Amino acid sequence: MKSLQNHPIFALALAGAMGIAVVAPLTLAAQQSKPWEQVPIPKLHEFKPQQPKRIVLKNGIVIFLQEDHELPFVSGSVLIPGGARDEDPAKTGLVDLYGQTWRTSGTAKIGGDALDDLLEAKAAHIEASGGADSTSISWDSLKGDSDQVFALAMDLLLHPKFSEEKLQLAQQQVATSIVRRNDDAGEIASRESAKLVYGANSPYARQPELATIGSVTLADLQAWHTRTLGGKLIVGVSGDFDPVAMEAKLRAAFEPLPPVKAAPARHDTFVEAKAGVSFVDKEDVNQSNVEIVGLGTDRHNPDAATLSVMNDILGGGFASRLFQKVRTELGLAYAVGGGYGFTWDHPGLFRVMVRTKSESTVDATKAALTEIEGLTSTPFTETELKRAKDNILNSFLFRYDTKDKVLAERERLEFYGYPADYLETYRAALEKVTVADLTAAAKKYIHTDQLAVLVVGNGPEIKPGLDDLKLGAVKNVDITIPQPAVQPGPAAGERKQ
Amino acid sequence: MTRTGIETEFRAGLRTWVRRGALALVLAGLAWQNSQAQDLKSFEQKITTKVLPNGLTIVICERPEAPVFSYSTFIDAGDVNDPSGQSGLAHMFEHLAFKGTSQIGTTDYAAEKVALAKVEAANNAYEAEYLKSVGRDPEKLAALKKAFLDAQAEAHKYVVPNQFTDVAERNGANGLNAETALDETIYFWSMPENRLELWAWLESGRLSDTVPREFYKERDVVLEERRMRTDSNPVGRLVEQFLATAYVAHNYGRSGVGWPSEVSQISATEAMDFHKKYYVGANVVVSVVGDVKASEAMPMLEKYFSKVPTGPKPEEMTTVEPRQFAEKSVVIREATQPFYIEGYHRPSYRDPDDAVYDAISDILSNGRVSRLYRSLVRDQQIAAEAQGFSPFPGDKYPGLFAFYGVPLPGHTPAEIREGIHKEIEKLKSTDVTDEELAMFKTRTRADLLRSLADNQGLANNLAQYQTRYGDWRELFQQLDRVDKVTKADIRRVANKVFVATNRTSAEIDTEAPAAPTTPDAKTDNGGAR
Repeated sequence: MKSLQNHPIFALALAGAMGIAVVAPLTLAAQQSKPWEQVPIPKLHEFKPQQPKRIVLKNGIVIFLQEDHELPFVSGSVLIPGGARDEDPAKTGLVDLYGQTWRTSGTAKIGGDALDDLLEAKAAHIEASGGADSTSISWDSLKGDSDQVFALAMDLLLHPKFSEEKLQLAQQQVATSIVRRNDDAGEIASRESAKLVYGANSPYARQPELATIGSVTLADLQAWHTRTLGGKLIVGVSGDFDPVAMEAKLRAAFEPLPPVKAAPARHDTFVEAKAGVSFVDKEDVNQSNVEIVGLGTDRHNPDAATLSVMNDILGGGFASRLFQKVRTELGLAYAVGGGYGFTWDHPGLFRVMVRTKSESTVDATKAALTEIEGLTSTPFTETELKRAKDNILNSFLFRYDTKDKVLAERERLEFYGYPADYLETYRAALEKVTVADLTAAAKKYIHTDQLAVLVVGNGPEIKPGLDDLKLGAVKNVDITIPQPAVQPGPAAGERKQ
Repeated sequence: MTRTGIETEFRAGLRTWVRRGALALVLAGLAWQNSQAQDLKSFEQKITTKVLPNGLTIVICERPEAPVFSYSTFIDAGDVNDPSGQSGLAHMFEHLAFKGTSQIGTTDYAAEKVALAKVEAANNAYEAEYLKSVGRDPEKLAALKKAFLDAQAEAHKYVVPNQFTDVAERNGANGLNAETALDETIYFWSMPENRLELWAWLESGRLSDTVPREFYKERDVVLEERRMRTDSNPVGRLVEQFLATAYVAHNYGRSGVGWPSEVSQISATEAMDFHKKYYVGANVVVSVVGDVKASEAMPMLEKYFSKVPTGPKPEEMTTVEPRQFAEKSVVIREATQPFYIEGYHRPSYRDPDDAVYDAISDILSNGRVSRLYRSLVRDQQIAAEAQGFSPFPGDKYPGLFAFYGVPLPGHTPAEIREGIHKEIEKLKSTDVTDEELAMFKTRTRADLLRSLADNQGLANNLAQYQTRYGDWRELFQQLDRVDKVTKADIRRVANKVFVATNRTSAEIDTEAPAAPTTPDAKTDNGGAR
């Protein structure tokens, strides 16, 4: 019953960002009583999250079994290393097309459309998808249908039959998103700001174009499939099954596959961003999307826990410095937040974003930059540290409060080569973070001269202008969508009925 | 690494835009059949409800899978209840509900209260001068504005900013948020189970003891929210015009976030009046799902939530949208990509045919087997996405059955419209197949089952059904209505509702940017300040 008319108090885009929390130490000190501190907080109920059973096959394939008998469903997935960052840049978009076409084409035995009919009648699903560093196939059904659905999923995994018609459909879908990509200011801002850091041609920022998706052929999809299927597959099954029977079934399906081949190492280079202001003019908006971006890090970094606490202090939740200043105190934004990003196996982005009305673009940007700079100049306090740690540690439970989350986490750790107890060691590291750690991390990682500013907004309305930021000449970014000589997909007259 | 399904990012994005939470709609129509693991009987044992003397209803569902709980506070009032001239008021109040109480968020409430009264007086004086159409004195206005800002600064001295949310977050609140819809306002988060009493302290406090703190700053924040969701988003702009055109009398036609000139004039007094009228026990359901023992929790919750004022259930709205007798349309010509949406008036969720509408949306729109996908996306290849859904924009009062389509490059809204109409005609002239009808019923049951494993989703559903039907059991009992849907029902309803005179359509036709617009058309619609 929720609709377009719903207005969350808090922009969800940010909630997923990086951290949360902080400060008003001055006023806090003045407060007399804190009645909520009189409310008893009993000891938390004992809880040992159920870990999935891990099975390593002789060929190197890893299987996780997570029993869950609450509901009569069984679901599973196969994760396959290799994704869009590994595709030929001239065919950017290939993996996306692959993910769509794989499932909609179906297999030699059963076409995609017939598969849809069969599954939907049982309220079951089999889906495939192509992501940045992996592709996957997943399935889900009522317990009673699970043998049949699993067999169909295996057929799709091992014997896909890519169809020209379905590739064209997928190309149309991607073409639609390409021609529409400049309609949404937020989408432009996150896309173009990533390019400012990684470079427009980087595997982490490049975008599909009509020409690159138009050049993808059926042979490309088949070659991609053959190549990646030999990698280290990670299989996860959860739900209402008998573990002995399920293990036997999975062994029978995956043991015959040849030994897995290690994925070739990537040799990406990353350099710090260049300071400066870039601008995208968009005449149909009355609000500017401001992004302040730089290079982040990955989770192998021993400072990851400290950075997480720092992020919580900088921006993410209601009590963060950015939220307190830009939204609560200045009333300049509904959406504001961000932090120093860390991803699993390559440097993430430092990213702070603010959305503010055109006229206050410069004020809001300055306010955000001041808070970022403040990480190195406004000393962290014990109060801030305590608050940030409370925020993170008291909600840490929600990383593993369902069996599916525990399974997903274990698959993730396996995929990126982290130890199975990563969450525990990470939590321990969070607990040990000190104010001195924060100060050192801010000094080491926060360099405003390595942060780029991007504004997507309505040029004539932005007064004072971006020159007032005093960050050098404003560079205009051209986001015109390149038109290829020939449009992908069938021409109008050749449509299949 | 992703594990997403069939949708491209683009499709998911549009779906969010147009059907935000339409997911809940699909559930709303849901049904139940005897199932081994989870059925109404097993829920009877897990669920305890109590109506407190002040009229407030508490629903507790024991689900001790992990030491956490989720809650949902469901207020049976939303922006549809905003008085004339005050569109966006319910939403403004919702923002206020995060600002704390007389006990949290302040250094000295007694002094703050006095300061806040002065803010209000200063606002009234400023606004009175501002709204003068004749004889407004610019000097006086500037002085009054300064006095208003000074009064706010004075009141701000007593504020501990965001202390309410800070305490919640420090105690592990997860997914903390609230949503104001046209029909209702909901507040929700999840927490470790040992914070149940702390949550009850916080939640009952903000429901009963709201303070109009930092109201006028927050109003600016809400105007930014409007710019983000509506003004700066092509589909947001289109949908606002679409609804304003479809309705001539009922508040479903009014901007939910509020018209800028009105939001910018809402006063704290008006927000507090809204609270006084609608945040009374009889208008509130609080549900808690998770690792909670009802026998222990209920007396404690009763103690806290009894603080919510007793008050009569607010009177029902008298306005009924008159029958539409002429087709209406909106065309936006601008440089953004084409889009098409149309809607037909349908009855509210209490109509005996409610489940029939759900059957129609399922058969037309659910997945790659759906008629609109197969016809417009797969076969004709004119759309990237096409769906029908209902009710929109709300369910409590008669809403719309809406259809939308996203044209592929080189295709037009007119082609989408024609494609949708062909499918509608088929529905009117020929029975759906047995397989389609059976599929609807099976998927409905499975989707409901799947939704039961999520504390937050379940809390929201229980509170919603308790409010809408006076009994959470209806979440399960709807099976009966779903099961009774026949092929003849679908044809009958389609013929009744999907007629041209009952239709409103809206589209974006792509045009190159026009010559410079007049200055007036480009001014920020912030109005007053």
